[in-house]
Amino acid sequence: MNAIILSALWGVVMMYTGVVTRNTRNHGVMAIIGIILLTIAAWLEFVGVQFFSINLSGMMSFAPYSLVFMMVMFVCTLLYFILSGPDMKDVGDQVSDYYALIFFVLTGVSIVAAFKTLLMLFIGIEIMTIPLYILAASDKRNLKSNEAGLKYFLMGTFSTGLMLMGIALLYGAHGTFFTDGINLGMAAVSPLTTAGLVLLMISMAFKVSAAPFHFWTPDVYDGTPTVFTSFMATIVKAAAFFAFLRLFENAFGKMHVQWQLLIAIITAATLLIGNITAVFQQSVKRMLAYSSIAQAGFMMLALFALNSTGKQGLILYAAAYSLATIGIFAVLVRMKDYTFEGFNGLSKHEPFLSVMLTVFLLSLAGIPLTAGFFAKYYMLVAALKNGNMFWLVIVAVLCAAVSIYYYFKVIQSMFFKEGANTGMRTGGVFKATLLVAAILVIALGIHPDWLLNLLTY
Amino acid sequence: MPVNYYIFLSVALFCIGIAGVLTRRNAIVVFMCIELMLNAVNLLLVAFSKMHHLAGLALDPGSTAGTEAQLFVFFIMVVAAAEVTVGLAIIVMMYRNIHSVDINFLNRLKH
Repeated sequence: MNAIILSALWGVVMMYTGVVTRNTRNHGVMAIIGIILLTIAAWLEFVGVQFFSINLSGMMSFAPYSLVFMMVMFVCTLLYFILSGPDMKDVGDQVSDYYALIFFVLTGVSIVAAFKTLLMLFIGIEIMTIPLYILAASDKRNLKSNEAGLKYFLMGTFSTGLMLMGIALLYGAHGTFFTDGINLGMAAVSPLTTAGLVLLMISMAFKVSAAPFHFWTPDVYDGTPTVFTSFMATIVKAAAFFAFLRLFENAFGKMHVQWQLLIAIITAATLLIGNITAVFQQSVKRMLAYSSIAQAGFMMLALFALNSTGKQGLILYAAAYSLATIGIFAVLVRMKDYTFEGFNGLSKHEPFLSVMLTVFLLSLAGIPLTAGFFAKYYMLVAALKNGNMFWLVIVAVLCAAVSIYYYFKVIQSMFFKEGANTGMRTGGVFKATLLVAAILVIALGIHPDWLLNLLTY
Repeated sequence: MPVNYYIFLSVALFCIGIAGVLTRRNAIVVFMCIELMLNAVNLLLVAFSKMHHLAGLALDPGSTAGTEAQLFVFFIMVVAAAEVTVGLAIIVMMYRNIHSVDINFLNRLKH
């Protein structure tokens, strides 16, 4: 609860910061202070200190699992603010408002991490996505940004409509919005429940961009100003996944066998389409958009398996994927040319950045000693433990092998091709933060327990 | 009146909304169709609310069963209003740039 209240308040504080000072540097500093306070607030709640004791009437529960996820997201946002925050002023003048919107998104993230009723799920998802429509369209003169904003908005509201219909049908069947009240087991499977489940599954698949509902993702991620794509593709996507898992575990966990095949098909389609299309991309930004679909396929395995390994794996995956992607995007924002050729010869001019990028790309590809390896490992083990659909694990492993091709294409451009110096502006803080992110990626790759032990704190 | 009629009506409205979203090209009309979907859900929630309320009253005269769905309807209205403000702003911004609200126009600009 601390995090929800503080993030909403700090969003307002950021808006006033924009009134008090026009210096974008100060806005960045305020945002960083805010996110640090937010992390501390979530940590305090984790160790049992609550600012307010509010009677939530069971609508939300702040279990360690939710709080650890929140903290992971806040730390990733902190790194994102330090790395990409200074680039926000290239999008428009209203930097403080962008920060405010991001804080409102974080409110939504905190709500979906803790919901216990479908009402809170709906409100959380909406609080999370409505500010994002604005961020997607924030480059007002750029037609691609307009297109991204409009497309994201139409797709987002359309899937919200589907979700609401699903919620209404479930309410009709069970007479309650509480997930525990819906989770009644196999005896309760009525046509209304089934229709509601399928509609919720489709709408959540839209939100996390799982195939066949992924078609908006490349255009939106490509058109959105790159600083905000970074946030959209990481924090928001991971939070949507967390909501997806939480919903299906709490509300439909007892009829798991009924919907397992559907999820397995969606997972396989997401993995195949994401990885195979990513191979053919010319632009690194678009490749990362498809790679985010491909990574979504891996995160879907947690949902498919629905066991404790998968749940732990999702936290690890969210951390590994967010850290690596934020790092890559932070460098990409400062590149002039987003194609693979733009990376040619980067190792000559910016050796430090190339090494950091290599660590992140290796992590996304799932090479051992990086966090991405253990994240993928946990997902595959979870799917194997689940037992009955071995083919899905084979598809996932093959797709992971395909993904190495397009991640290594960037590494190849950087180290083995000649290119002109594009004169990137990089500061000491930028490099130091990239180093911290890379160290975190490697540390999680050697000792994932450091993160996962928090779950059993 | 049995609740079935309400279910059929709101599902019909919902399907009209979906068909509109999938086939129409004018961004404003698409947006109206999305609103239609949301309002179909509102109708259904209110109908279910009444249904569960009557069922609850039969068991216990002081029952408040079913009231939460009506609260949910208010939340949907508020969120829909928030979406309208953001969505119309985006559509107006697009109109300023290309003097059209045709959603296919933007697809033609790609690449």
